[in-house]
Amino acid sequence: MVNTSDILETIRMIQDENLDIRTITMGISLTDCIDSDITKANTKIYDKICKKAENLVFVGNTIEKEYGIPIINKRLSITPISLISAACKGKSPVPFAKTMDRAAETVGVNLIGGYTALVQKGFSAGEYELIESIPEALSETSRVCSSVNIGSTKTGINLDACGLMGKIVKETAERTVSDKCFGAAKLVVFCNAVDDNPFMAGAFHGVGEPDCIINVGVSGPGVVRSALSRFKDADITEIADVIKKTSYKITRVGQLVGTVAAKRLGVPFGIVDLSLAPTPAIGDSVAHILEEIGLEKCGCPGTTAALALLNDAVKKGGVMACSKIGGLSGAFIPVSEDAGMIEAAECGSLTIEKLEAMTAVCSVGIDMVIIPGDTTPETIAAIIADEAAIGMVNGKTTAVRIIPAIGMKPGDELDWGGLFGKGPVMPVNTYSPAKFISRGGLIPAPMHSLKN
Amino acid sequence: MRAVITVIGKDNVGILAKVSGVCANLNANVTDVTQSVLDDMFAMIMLADITNMNADFSVLSDTMTELGKKLGLVIHTMHEDIFTAMHGI
Repeated sequence: MVNTSDILETIRMIQDENLDIRTITMGISLTDCIDSDITKANTKIYDKICKKAENLVFVGNTIEKEYGIPIINKRLSITPISLISAACKGKSPVPFAKTMDRAAETVGVNLIGGYTALVQKGFSAGEYELIESIPEALSETSRVCSSVNIGSTKTGINLDACGLMGKIVKETAERTVSDKCFGAAKLVVFCNAVDDNPFMAGAFHGVGEPDCIINVGVSGPGVVRSALSRFKDADITEIADVIKKTSYKITRVGQLVGTVAAKRLGVPFGIVDLSLAPTPAIGDSVAHILEEIGLEKCGCPGTTAALALLNDAVKKGGVMACSKIGGLSGAFIPVSEDAGMIEAAECGSLTIEKLEAMTAVCSVGIDMVIIPGDTTPETIAAIIADEAAIGMVNGKTTAVRIIPAIGMKPGDELDWGGLFGKGPVMPVNTYSPAKFISRGGLIPAPMHSLKN
Repeated sequence: MRAVITVIGKDNVGILAKVSGVCANLNANVTDVTQSVLDDMFAMIMLADITNMNADFSVLSDTMTELGKKLGLVIHTMHEDIFTAMHGI
């Protein structure tokens, strides 16, 4: 029997504290669409995506109404396109991006992830061409997201790929300058990328996954902050417990929605991503949780410790609440998508160096950070390598999604509106890592003993 | 299967009758009502069995929202499962 206070608590969480399901993402395997004839391959891809996902948006909307919980995004992830495009030798892979874009438009989703290459140890057939085509693909489509995995704990870091991605990130921003360099916001560079991530822009459908699957990403920074605000004088252990209990409730909703969606769509339910994903809306910020815990401004000393506690408690609470966990699971810290992070970056409390430290203890990386337009490709490559090193050594996923704001300098602001938000151009250390990056090769995989 | 209908707003004549009227029209059987009026504020939680309802859940939810707008109240209609999932183990 449900009691009155539980009912009112749930309604308050949804109405006043921005509790929502951040995304229902359908993963679709395209390995049965491989064809050496690029036109045939694209036809098969379009048909398969449209068939599998034809009811995704409808089912999402129905569940939203039935349970009274907003489902912000319905999205698609597909097999890394480099695995498909490799069969079409000598052809540009850009038509695949256009097919993805068209299929996403047909089924009514705003983003589709999987224009992806996995090159952590080296480039196989088709991967170099795919990466080279990313700037063109992202500038000529609106719904396609791209990701490249350049390192892992088991393989080490492909420094050649870091160098290449430095150039590609910059070029993508340059090609989309009329669109506020937005192309770069749809491009993620990973270390230890996961196969079942439901979140954009880094989602792709890994090769070990079933033919079609539903993954769910939950959210609710506002709920956590509001719960903490009722414990002004609690010690930090109590704070961790409050976060765990809140996270349990948030994740239960994800489990429910995912189970119902998978059943109605007739596909297996994959995982719940135990995430705290912010939006630029006031009251939906991870930075504000850290400030509620007791920091004057996010980014000040203590931020890494508070974030470590938050991230760990979110997982501990969420683990019990759902049957299968996966994806990126953890608190996200995308700067432009988080009102508190934006404020902290604007006032100078939050720097790229501090963000880098924070990513050692949370999900996922230097995310949605706007850097000066004159930052060199080598510096971007080195930021990617630094972030990848944190992921490689700590056995976790890290990522870089930075947007070089072409023609802008520190202090200027880039504003995309909507869920992607806005942010100040953050200063970057200008001493050059060019020699390091130009060496190329592979940073060997780390030791797994003698930990220090 | 039950729907939880919550109604909050300024008190008025006939709120309970109008809300349960919608349920009756759709063949949703009201099984429990908790209601209070504090000062001028009306608050009600109603549980209705929707197993034999003659329309989709969305019809019930849309009709309630519309009724709420007409009466100047906020009416939420949600499937019971979200509450049991969230608050049970």
